[in-house]
Amino acid sequence: MKFSLSWLKQYLETEATVEEVAAKLNAIGLEVEGIEDPSEKLTGFRVAKVLTAARHPDADKLQVLTVDTGDGQPLQVVCGAPNARAGLVGVLGLPGATVPANGLVLKKSAIRGVESNGMMCSTRELELGEDHDGIIELPEDAPVGTAFADYHGADPVIEVAITPNRPDCMGLYGIARDLAAAGLGTLRPIEQLDIAGEFPCPVEIRTDDPEGCPAFYGRVIKGVKNGTSPQWLQDCLMSAGQRPISALVDATNYVMLAYGRPAHAYDLAKLNGAVFARRARDGETVLALNEKEYTLDSDMTVIADDSGVHDIAGIMGGEHSGCEDGTTDILLEIAYFDPERIAKTGRKLNLTSDARARFERGIDPSFLDSGLAHLTRLIQTLCGGEASEVVRAGAAPATPKIVHFDPVLTEKLGGVSIPLEEQQRILEALGFVAVAEQAGFDKAWAVTVPGWRPDVDGAPDLVEEVVRIHGLDKVESVALPRTDGVARPTATPAQKQERRVRRAAAARGLQEAVTWSFLPQVEADAFADGNGGLWTLSNPISEDMKVMRPSLLPGLLSAAKRNLDRGASSLRLFELGRRYLRGKDGASDERMALGVVLAGDKAPRGWATGKAVPFDAYDAKAEALALLAEAGAPADKLQVMGEAGPQFHPGQSGTLRLGPKNVLARFGMLHPTAARQFDIDGPVALVEIYLDAIPGKKGAATFARVSYAPPALQAVTRDYAFLVPVELPAGDLVRVVQGADKVNIVAARLFDDFRGQGVPEGQKSLALEVTLQPLEKSYKDEDLKAITDKVTAAAAKLGAVLRG
Amino acid sequence: MSDIEQLKAELLGAIGEAADLAGVEAIRVSALGKQGSVSGLLKTLGKMSPEERQVEGPKIHALREAVTAALGARKDALESAALDARLASETIDLSLPAPEMPKGSVHPVSQVMDELAEIFADMGFAVATGPEIEDDWHNFTALNMPETHPARAMHDTFYFPDRDAQDREMVLRTHTSPVQIRTMLSEGAPLRIIAPGRVYRSDSDATHTPMFHQVEALVIDKDIHLGHLKWTLETFLKAFFERDDIVLRLRPSYFPFTEPSVEVDVGYANEGGRRVVGGSGDEPGHAWMEVLGSGMVNRHVIKAGGLDPDEWQGFAFGVGVDRLAMLKYGMDDLRAFFDGDVRWLSHYGFSALDVPTLSGGVGTPA
Repeated sequence: MKFSLSWLKQYLETEATVEEVAAKLNAIGLEVEGIEDPSEKLTGFRVAKVLTAARHPDADKLQVLTVDTGDGQPLQVVCGAPNARAGLVGVLGLPGATVPANGLVLKKSAIRGVESNGMMCSTRELELGEDHDGIIELPEDAPVGTAFADYHGADPVIEVAITPNRPDCMGLYGIARDLAAAGLGTLRPIEQLDIAGEFPCPVEIRTDDPEGCPAFYGRVIKGVKNGTSPQWLQDCLMSAGQRPISALVDATNYVMLAYGRPAHAYDLAKLNGAVFARRARDGETVLALNEKEYTLDSDMTVIADDSGVHDIAGIMGGEHSGCEDGTTDILLEIAYFDPERIAKTGRKLNLTSDARARFERGIDPSFLDSGLAHLTRLIQTLCGGEASEVVRAGAAPATPKIVHFDPVLTEKLGGVSIPLEEQQRILEALGFVAVAEQAGFDKAWAVTVPGWRPDVDGAPDLVEEVVRIHGLDKVESVALPRTDGVARPTATPAQKQERRVRRAAAARGLQEAVTWSFLPQVEADAFADGNGGLWTLSNPISEDMKVMRPSLLPGLLSAAKRNLDRGASSLRLFELGRRYLRGKDGASDERMALGVVLAGDKAPRGWATGKAVPFDAYDAKAEALALLAEAGAPADKLQVMGEAGPQFHPGQSGTLRLGPKNVLARFGMLHPTAARQFDIDGPVALVEIYLDAIPGKKGAATFARVSYAPPALQAVTRDYAFLVPVELPAGDLVRVVQGADKVNIVAARLFDDFRGQGVPEGQKSLALEVTLQPLEKSYKDEDLKAITDKVTAAAAKLGAVLRG
Repeated sequence: MSDIEQLKAELLGAIGEAADLAGVEAIRVSALGKQGSVSGLLKTLGKMSPEERQVEGPKIHALREAVTAALGARKDALESAALDARLASETIDLSLPAPEMPKGSVHPVSQVMDELAEIFADMGFAVATGPEIEDDWHNFTALNMPETHPARAMHDTFYFPDRDAQDREMVLRTHTSPVQIRTMLSEGAPLRIIAPGRVYRSDSDATHTPMFHQVEALVIDKDIHLGHLKWTLETFLKAFFERDDIVLRLRPSYFPFTEPSVEVDVGYANEGGRRVVGGSGDEPGHAWMEVLGSGMVNRHVIKAGGLDPDEWQGFAFGVGVDRLAMLKYGMDDLRAFFDGDVRWLSHYGFSALDVPTLSGGVGTPA
């Protein structure tokens, strides 16, 4: 809502300045979005008097004026306005001034060879009206030489954001009422009008859709003369940001802006027979006033006559039956439409309008007759004409809402103690009527809600009314009760895991990124792994943000690509976030994952290390294992297996599993085809850890560790080299060797993988260092031989032969 | 000069001139070895008469000791010189760069969420979560926004074509408020939670991104009122910005899920083009900035959460985490948060060791 201060003062008797009004509006919940001071844009314009006017020597339509600006020396100005003449007092824009309408900065110039020192302005040029037929003519006694802003009177415009619960404040009167309740002045009552009809209404009016249009009142005014509306009305509309159109249209807009009451005026000559509210027919079309055609359906209410639809009810009138300059007879419509239907229709048609905004929030059902009377009087004042009797089809919901309100609730919920009389005063100033339900006013009240407050339907709403008008700043802070002792830990195991893994990754040199949850379709498809389908938005903001990510890797790859394009040479990115899968019963299944992308150089070229070293699959494996361990996975029990997915290099990738089925992570090199899809050159190593797949710790947490004392005897190491088939995974050999003697062998570490001279074709030599821990006494030769035998026998099961 | 004296002089002279360890060893063998000159003298002691031995013995032993000591000293000196020479040859240029370790970082959003969790844990708030792909009942209807509610249209919702088993339309949650409903339903009351997470609006311009982060706070108890809300907000913002001069301005507003509803502005100063939170917005050089929406939980919402609104009441608020991060740490472009530019991450990111603690102050100074 935008309005000028002077317009507000038509309803609110107050001496308050614009700053005081704005502060109060903010304090009572009508947020001020801006204050425009129109005098600012009139800087450089001055009241000036034309002394002489002579034909321009080289142009028929131009005149050369001498203009008195009050400075003594008259200025020469070239002017094209037909009404420019000696003796006229008008408005002169001096060099340096900016014309409000077009932003042009005036300067001294020569027009067709004649010097011109400014511009005589029209109302349109100064955005004070629509008139552009000639220059402004001020009264003859206007003080020449004064700044036009001062002469015109600065009328500041306030813009207020109206929350959707306050349709009453979508009329200026409602705002005035709130301000008056808050003590900023006295509300002038709305005049009770009854304009008697001079003849029966010649048009049949009815509602065939009492659900969508419970009430449709109308009357005809004959013999009106449409035209330009008077300046005061134009000023009001322009302060509200509306363009004046014609007296008839401006009058309906004025009633809407002043009282929040939309209405519509039809050109009676363009109507045909009875006018009635009905449901639209599927596929029926209407050309609306915005010159767009809308296709309607049977859920929508319209106003129609025998020849067709003239109005999308409560939203926008039709182009064909609107008032024009030549209109002489009109039908006024003032109706009550079902707010939900208006909202649905508006949404379906994607059509917003001032009327819709008010109807869908709920207009005052008790203001139909008054609204019609005020509109009638305004039209008659502006355009003359004779009004018919009012026809009333249906009735607006009339039962006033009564809310049971215990004023004690104000303190209980609002945290501020307000005397009962003050609570009552506030409610009544806002139009509520509060009556004690039983003896004793401190007991529950029955509060009647005025028709213009559809938002109020419970006691907490009344607490809000009382507290906001009383002043939220009077609510004192009260500490939340605190439990004894220091704060208890509140994080869940999953939250602790997430925090730990995040900081572990950062400590390992990885940089955390936060990327979009949505991906382009192709990238999501490339990483979809058959979880029952991707989540695809119906209304994405762009094709690049369309599908919810099934993996963290595509987003990180795109981030890597952007960085590489910017010249980054080494990237270690990670992200901790959700993957979006399909869950039970149509719900989503959102799982925490950690993605890592390593791209570019692992180590740059160096004076000691030589050429730059690229990342490889073992770097990915190292990150996967380290971060899994930090996440609480049993790192010693993990198995490296295949099937990392088609996005990975088939020979340089793997999964880390706990048992054959439970995949905790996948890692390896990006498949060259996928690299091409992301337009990345060079090798990229990837890790994705499924945090949700890591089994939680069983039982209650204890702080005491399993007891341990370092063994007294020194551990010994033995090296074993085996010949094995080339295709045997080294990890399998390590695992069987480690398990060959669980009492003595505490560790087995592979330190050599050799193929070539001395090793038969199709085989490789794997060397392990095995750590043995004697417990009670040192090993004797026969002990060591027995262990070696066990190791050899275990390895033999994999086809491994101990080298001599 | 006796023979012994002469031998001593010869040997000590030779030891002093020995150029290397081999020379020293050769002298040792020639003097103290089995056939050595000093060893030879020692052997003569056995053939001497006791009187003779008494005179010669000490002299010969003294000779042996003097030679042994000289040999040791010479050896030490030579070894020391050799070590010095070796060390001199091993000198390296320590102005050459050492091996570089990559430096990781924690994203500001994560850091600020950890800070918030720390602050609210001290006030007794646990951290709750919920799905980002929500049904419209949890995201709207249960929050007192029925289908035709005008506020729904103001939410710029992302929709999915899917419906769940209860025929509810699936959407991307437009706020963290559905977690209120889920937590009330699963935990009952009393309740103190914060719910941080990603939220989505189909809005994208210089100051809005289609994805951003919010943290929701919810307190449900018996006698919680607006005064508690005010205290909680003040306490939280003072702890977060680590300033005691935080001034809030509460303005009545409207949110379907709260009644009364309160919008909260915080005073700030404009310092060198940057907003610095602190002081009243009405002071010279200061202004107010909207930071969060809040209010007393609407009765319909409490009912939707499975609780009796005549028994339970409380407050809720929601605040943008990214905005908080920007205000505290001075970033000025929201979109950079989600770009993954490593230069930005290095500049605005946090060390793994910057774990927020109350004892150390939750914030990390520049």
